[in-house]
Formats: sequence, C-alpha cells, structure tokens
Amino acid sequence: MKDFIIPDRDYGTPAAKSKQMVTLTIDGFDVTVPEGTSIMRAAAEIGISVPKLCATDSVDAFGSCRLCLVEIEGRNGTPASCTTPVAAGLKVTTQNAKLKTLRRGVMELYISDHPLDCLTCSANGDCELQDMAGAVGLRDVRYEAVQTHFRAKDTSGQVNPQYIPRDDSNPYFSYDPQKCIVCSRCVRACEEVQGTFALTIEGRGFDSRVSFGAKTDTAITSDCVSCGACVAACPTATLQEKSIIEIGTPERSVITTCAYCGVGCSFKAELRGDELVRMVPYKHGKANRGHSCVKGRFAYGYASHQDRILNPMIRENITDPWREVSWAEAMEFTAARMKGIIEKHGRHSVGVITSSRCTNEEAYLVQKLTRAVFMNNNTDTCARVCHSPTGYGLGQTLGTSAGTQDFDSVEQTDVVIVIGANPTDGHPVFASRLKKRLRKGAKLIVIDPRRTDMVQSPHIKAAHHLALTPGTNVAVVTALAHVIVTEGLFDEAFIRERCDWDEFQDYAEFAARPENSPESTALLTGVSAEELRAAARLYAKGGNGAIYYGLGVTEHSQGSTTVIGIANLAMMTGNVGRAGVGVNPLRGQNNVQGSCDMGSFPHELPGYRHVKGEGVREIFQKVWGVQIDDEPGLRIPNMLDAAMEGTFKGLYCQGEDILQSDPDTKHVAAGLAAMDCVIVHDLFLNETANYAHVFLPGSTFLEKDGTFTNAERRINRVRKVMAPRNGYADWEITQMLARAMGANWGYTHPSQIMDEIAMTTPSFAGVNYARLEELGSVQWPCNEKAPEGTPLMHVDGFVRGKGKFIHTEYVATDERTGPRFPLLLTTGRILSQYNVGAQTRRTANVAWHTEDLLEIHPHDAEVRGVKDGDYVRLASRSGETSLRAKVTDRVNPGVVYTTFHHPDTQANVITTDYSDWATNCPEYKVTAVQVGLSNGPSEWQQDYAAQAAHSRRIAAAE
Amino acid sequence: MSPEPSHTNPQAKLIYMANQIAKFMESKPHAEGVALLASHINDFWEPRMRRHLFSVIDEGGAGLRPLVLEAADRIKRPVSA
Ligand code: SF4
Ligand code: SF4
Ligand code: SF4
Ligand code: FES
Repeated sequence: MKDFIIPDRDYGTPAAKSKQMVTLTIDGFDVTVPEGTSIMRAAAEIGISVPKLCATDSVDAFGSCRLCLVEIEGRNGTPASCTTPVAAGLKVTTQNAKLKTLRRGVMELYISDHPLDCLTCSANGDCELQDMAGAVGLRDVRYEAVQTHFRAKDTSGQVNPQYIPRDDSNPYFSYDPQKCIVCSRCVRACEEVQGTFALTIEGRGFDSRVSFGAKTDTAITSDCVSCGACVAACPTATLQEKSIIEIGTPERSVITTCAYCGVGCSFKAELRGDELVRMVPYKHGKANRGHSCVKGRFAYGYASHQDRILNPMIRENITDPWREVSWAEAMEFTAARMKGIIEKHGRHSVGVITSSRCTNEEAYLVQKLTRAVFMNNNTDTCARVCHSPTGYGLGQTLGTSAGTQDFDSVEQTDVVIVIGANPTDGHPVFASRLKKRLRKGAKLIVIDPRRTDMVQSPHIKAAHHLALTPGTNVAVVTALAHVIVTEGLFDEAFIRERCDWDEFQDYAEFAARPENSPESTALLTGVSAEELRAAARLYAKGGNGAIYYGLGVTEHSQGSTTVIGIANLAMMTGNVGRAGVGVNPLRGQNNVQGSCDMGSFPHELPGYRHVKGEGVREIFQKVWGVQIDDEPGLRIPNMLDAAMEGTFKGLYCQGEDILQSDPDTKHVAAGLAAMDCVIVHDLFLNETANYAHVFLPGSTFLEKDGTFTNAERRINRVRKVMAPRNGYADWEITQMLARAMGANWGYTHPSQIMDEIAMTTPSFAGVNYARLEELGSVQWPCNEKAPEGTPLMHVDGFVRGKGKFIHTEYVATDERTGPRFPLLLTTGRILSQYNVGAQTRRTANVAWHTEDLLEIHPHDAEVRGVKDGDYVRLASRSGETSLRAKVTDRVNPGVVYTTFHHPDTQANVITTDYSDWATNCPEYKVTAVQVGLSNGPSEWQQDYAAQAAHSRRIAAAE
Repeated sequence: MSPEPSHTNPQAKLIYMANQIAKFMESKPHAEGVALLASHINDFWEPRMRRHLFSVIDEGGAGLRPLVLEAADRIKRPVSA
C-alpha cells in the first residue's frame, strides 16, 4: 500500500500564469517566480512559510487577517504578503522584531474571542489558528474580551445575542459559528472554486458572520450543494466534516480515484487504522485540481452499509430463497450450470456484461472471459445505453471515439456549447471549472429542452438557450450548420488543410438546402430562428469554440447522427486540435470510457479494433492461446431478444443493474426470466438480482487496486485503501469463475492485467503501474510516440487522416405524441444521486433526493388538475407508473421530465425500446406520455414490489 | 406496417432496425449508401440477427425498405451454427 502522509503544502495564493519571470530577494535568498505571484507564494517556493490565516492557495487573496505582514526595503509600512505582488529587485524581510510584535497583537485579538477548548476541539491537530498561535509565539492573552461570539450567556447570565448555536443540518459537515474567525476563506471557496455563491459574510466589523444566504437559512435549506470546498478551506473547526468530529484526525492517506462520475476526481482517502475518516479532493489531481462534489467527497457510506452482501449465494430457481454458500461451492455451481448450457445450446448461448463502475482491469477480464473461455463475442456494457453513439459518430468523422480535450482546456475556451448535458448535476466538478471560465467572460450556448442550472444561476447566464422539443437535436444541429455554411462563417483554410474539400462542398450543399434553414425547422424544433442564427454566429466567430455534450444527445433514435452533426460543426469552424476547442462527450459513469476502451463491445477487441480483423485477432490469439470468433456478438437488447426466443441462456453481469437502468423494464424482466443461469456480481441485491441464480458479492473501489479512465481519457490509479469486506477484489472473482470453467489464468495483481493490455493494445503500449506512479496519471494514447500521454487529440491531423463530413438528415422518431399520449417525457439525473442510485441511496445523500419527481409545466398541470406534490400517474405505450409532480416552468409546455434514481418509481417501465439506428442505444430522452391524477402506486409497481420482496429472501444459514 | 417494434416477433424488430439504418444511408450517394448499409449490418449484427433478416429477405422482403433489399447480396449470410 502506498502511503503519502506528507501534507500538501499550502502556498497561500494561487499560482500565477504569466510567462514573464521576476527575481527578488526574500530574507536574503534570491527567488525567481512568474510575474503576478504574491510575495507570500514566492516565499513559500523557497520554503519560507509566512504566518497567515485568511489566505489559502485555492482562492484569491483577500488580505483581511493582517497576520502575513512583511517589510520591504524602501517601502513604508508593513504590507500583507498575500496581496502584494512581487516586483523585480524587491528586498523582503518576513521576520523581525517589529513584525513579531505586530503578529502577536493580531493573534491576541483573535484568541481573545475564541473558546480555548483546544484539547477537546475536533480540529485539534488540524487547526491553522492553533498552528499560527504557535508560529507567532503567542504565550499569553493580556485581556479578556467583554463581548464574545462563543459564550452562550454573558457573565451576568444574560443570553449572548452574538452566540449562534451549531448548525448540524447538513448530514456531512457541521457549521459551528462560535469558532469562526471570519477569514472568509469559505465564502471565497464557494464562489471561486465551486461557483454556487451559497455563503456570504453578513454584517460589519464585530457583527460580521458567515451566513448560508438568508437569515432563516440553514446549511441544508440553503443553495449549498455540499461540495465541501468551504470545509476544506476553513482553517478552524468551524466548518468541519462530521466524520472527523466522530472519529478523530486521520493518520495516513492513500491517493485514489472517485468511483462515481466521468470527471474522475482524484482523492486522498484519509484513514485511521482501517477506518476511513474522510475523503479529501487531491490538489494535484489533474482532472479536478483539488475540487470535488458531494458524491465523491461524502457519499462513500454505502461501502459499509448493512445491505451489502458479503457472502456468495445460489439458488436452483429464481422463485427459491437465496442460500449462502462458500466461494468454492458458488464457483462449482456456477461453472457447472454455464458448462451445461454451453453443451446443450452451443457456445453462443451465453455472454457477459461488463461494468462501467469496475476498473479497466476488471472489464478487460470480463470480456476476456467471454472471448477466451466461453468462446464467443457476446459482451456488452452499460455504455450501450449511454455513449455508444459517441463511439460510432466520432469514430466515423474524426477517426476515434475519444473526447478531444482535457478538462484544463476549458480555461482557454471563448464560446461553449453545452448540448444535452446538465453538468452541474451530472459532472459537477467540470461544471465548476466551466462556470469559473464563464465568470471570466467566456460565452455560453445551452441546447436543452429544460432550463437547466447552466442556463441561469448566480453570476452565470447563457447567451442563448435553445429550448428545443425533445427528439429534434439533429434538426437543430443541422440548422446551425446551415447558418454557418450559408453565411460563410466556416473556416476554409482549416477545412482545406484538414478535411476533404469536396466532401465539405457536398455537405455544405446538403446543409444549405432550404428545409434545413432555422426558419423552416423552427416549427418542428420550437427554437426561434433568430436565436439559432445568433448562436451559430457566436460559435463560429467568437474565438475558441468548444462543444460539450451528454446523454441528451446520444439517447435518441438519431443519437449517432447528432454526434456526427456535432463533429461536422467543430470541423467546419476549425474548432479541433488545440486547447480551448474540441468535441467533448461528458460520460456518465466513472469508467464508461475505460470499459469501452477495454473491448466491452461485442464487435470490438480492446482498443476499438473490429473482431473481423485477422491481424488483431492474431495478437490476442497468441497471448490467450485460443481461437477468437470473427463474428460480432450480441448487444444487450439483442441478448434479451435472443433469450426470449430461447437461444440465449446464461449471463454473467458484473456491476450493472440492467433491470433498472435499461429501457422497457418489462422486456428486460421477461428476457432475464427466460434464462437458465443469471449471475449477478454486485455490492447489493440489485433489481437484476431478482432474476438471478447466482449472486457473487462485489468489492468497492476502496477495496481494490486498478485504474479508471475518465472522460478526458485520463488513466488514474485506484488504490486499495482497505481489505475487501467480501473477501476478494472483483478481478479475483472473475478469475475464479474463469478457472472453475477450465481456464488457466494466474494473475496475482491487477498490474499484470494492465501489462497484458499494454502488450496487446497500441494506444496503451506505454501504460504500466510504474509509469502511473511516476506521472500520477496519463491520457491515452500513451506509447512510444507519446510517452507522457496525449492531452489533446487531432493536433497535427485527424486520427482517421482527413476529417470526414457526413450528411445528417433529420428523421423524426417514431415515438410521437398523439391524443392518447400528448406529452413528451425526457429523463435525466440530479447531483446527489448516481445512476440507478444503488450506492447513493444508501448514503445520507437521500437528504437531498428522497424520491423521483415529475417536473411538469404549470399550464399542463392546470389542465389536468395537478397541483405541486400530487401523486400522478405517468403512462406511455409501454407501461405506467406513479410518482409525485413538481410544477415548474423549467420545462416547456408539452414536455415533462423525471429522474430514474429510485427503483420504486421504475421510470423505465415507461420508456420504450426504440433505439439509436446505428448502435441500439435506447431512446431514453423521448417518450410520448400522458399524465393524470392518481391515488398511489400503479399495479405494476405493486406487483413488482411483491416479486422483488419475494425474490430477495435469504434462507437462514444451515 | 406498424411502427412499433414488437417484443414477441423477432423478425418485425429486425425489419424495423434495418429500415432505421436504411433511412440514414438513404441520404448518401446511392452506391455508397448500399455499400455502407451492408457493411454496417455485417459489422454490428450477430449472425442470429442476420439469419432472421435473411429469412425475411428470402420470403420476398416484405416490409423492408428498397435499400435494404438492394444491399442484401452484400450482407454476409451466416453459416449455420
Ligand atoms: S459545501 Fe460547497 S456549495 Fe456548500 S457552502 Fe460549502 S462551498 Fe458552498
Ligand atoms: S467558517 Fe471557517 S473559513 Fe469561513 S470565515 Fe469562519 S473560520 Fe473562515
Ligand atoms: S462524482 Fe464526479 S465530480 Fe463528484 S467527486 Fe466523483 S468524479 Fe468528481
Ligand atoms: S494571510 Fe494575508 S492578510 Fe490574511
């Protein structure tokens, strides 16, 4: 286990970006730093820590505490080193008799209004106020303050109006105002780092206090999104993790990667013994740069939740109760069943589903299991239901499915298009970085049916919001191209150099057709032509233009076409191949990128190479010693279809809950019920497990070694923080199953699996654990040509050679509204919950989201007699469910919206099995529905609940 | 033809899927569209799916868009397992 106990140095103020260097002298030592650096930071660079309280290097200096005073030769007074920039030739003194006296005076004032209960304070040993008292040599406090903030009653027994009791309303951290020194680090962190503006300093002088918005607001009722940035910035015990209060300070830390979303934040897991004390965002993490969201920072409690299954279980039939067995018996049972199926129905009758929540190494082994042990290509992954169109669309146009940029690129963007993504909820840390850039002047265009928080929030306002009708993405994207082409806004030089000019001409002719003009499409898309034209002009001519998109693009019957359209836009405006531009898919789950890279799709071996390629098969045949099938295998929906017709009988499903996450729940249930052996490998008895014969308990990301690859292709280490509670890491369990089926796998550490990946997959050729240790992380391709990885793609030319323009004709989805189903349902996610919620529902995050709600426009609600909070029935051609309504004008009339985090709601009972034409990615984002008042759960919900309860029974141990 | 893909009839669903691909390919120059439709199905459809498709084509191809039928002889016929 790797140990990084050394605390990260706090340089006091953020690094300056200037290339101009300046040399000065501090305490007699020369130091050369970029122009704009503070004297405090310059001193820190040479190891001199000037005492400080209100400065920290995650936020801009404020200069309020006056503890960091220094003297500068030739200048009057004692300036604050945190707010004074360096200048050439300065001679700075940080310590002398005068400064010492001044600092002690400052500290004395602070301490006189601070409770002196250091020994029992939860921040004991982790408090900068304490440290500074020591640093300045404070030995006594000469006066007792008459008025304080920390005595509940004054000396005469009167209630002290300045005393504010502790606010414990947030489940993860507490706010204890009596310890506050009003340094405003928290306020600045909330503004600058997170961008939520939930905190303010109210009042002046002695009366000034930190406040969560309005007077009546507590942490939980305020705008606070619980990202924890303020907690990390607070130098005292005022804002503090409750886990520290309960457990005490940590004594060791391990760097690892968040297992929740595609941002892939780096964290320091801080422990005492084997007990996880807290997760702190890692300052040197290149994806998150020291920031995090509520999920990664706080929502790890599921790892020790009582619902977690720790022993393997089997049963003959899915109507039987579960029986706990030993690992050996579970493997024997499973292998016998799977072998029996293969014998009877042939080698194509079984398959696997890899997980986007597991590591690269684990996904690799699961696809290897089906290709090298079951001897077929029946492997798929939940990325099927989110980003498979990205793979197809970007592959066709640019030559690789990879996102083109790193997250740092956003700092150099001038115009951002966010389409079909809700980053503040889905990719919060990226959203914070984006908002920071927007506050500094970049322009924003949002293309989304819903008025998301990106459209308008404190200090952010989109220049254009194209609130399109769900299902009309292609029409809008093509109309943007129409404007760029017909108004001559394209970048001819770029197209001539990097693409095929004739192909562009052909595309331009297509886009220029009158039926693609914003005026013609307005009726269909609901987007005003004027607004769309303005947006197109801004993107084409506003400087560096970057497009970020999410599931609102891909989860449509024309998902692949929209991705192609997006790539077309970027190419024709020359917005590919440098910092600040690009085409950036925002991936859903943490390792969607990785699981796709690892060959999880049924037609591709690792590294996106089609199984029909003889040369590619040859590479793996040599290493694996088997013959590889040259035909593509079944995708998830096809597996279920094949199960229904009786030719697909056995499925190993790792870390996915297809019953809840895949569309048309009834179809999924029927398909699973038709199989003879369903193996669910997960942390909890998930919904799919209701149809399983074997349950293999999984391990959490805290309990294993491996790597995740985030949306910027960054390969980050996951490090084992504690021993697996279920006994084995997931890769070990897959290996056990392979061995039970007769394979001779003998991996003893995931690094060996990565070595095999590197050996077989050119874009990973330079990746190994030693390299990751050395560099922290790398972005693939990482090989001989790019030994340190590749932050930006397509720099000198497109991966496919010339960029390819492809026609993007709008084809209306067959899912249409009509008299029976007049509204369009679109689905999404919210910040505090993750995917089907299996983990987050088992943490205190439920404080923010206890149930899925249906957002409906006041107009649509009124005609149906629906009031806010009413139980409503939501019905589509596929099925119906019930949930509560939230009346809001965030959605347009005619559109309703919900999330799918809770199994009781089963939003996917409603969604149909229409899917993307190229990849079968389901059309989650458009379903025609009707909404009406209801009295409670639908019949399906009741039946389902009964079946689930019945199926989850576990027989008492023998 | 009902636009709703059916759960119970595998052929109806595959007809629907093939037509969806055809609609995209129809916007391309004709020859390219035919070729790409065939290679798309060859690359992404498991033999079982292609077998169902051929059983429709062999019976005259009712319900399939013309482009699918034109591409048929370039679609790989699965060898029987
Ligand atoms: S937790 Fe985050 S959002 Fe909440 S007040 Fe602190 S910085 Fe602001
Ligand atoms: S809560 Fe902490 S960070 Fe905020 S002003 Fe008070 S002491 Fe400073
Ligand atoms: S969920 Fe995403 S944004 Fe939040 S901490 Fe984890 S990786 Fe970062
Ligand atoms: S640290 Fe410089 S004034 Fe507070």
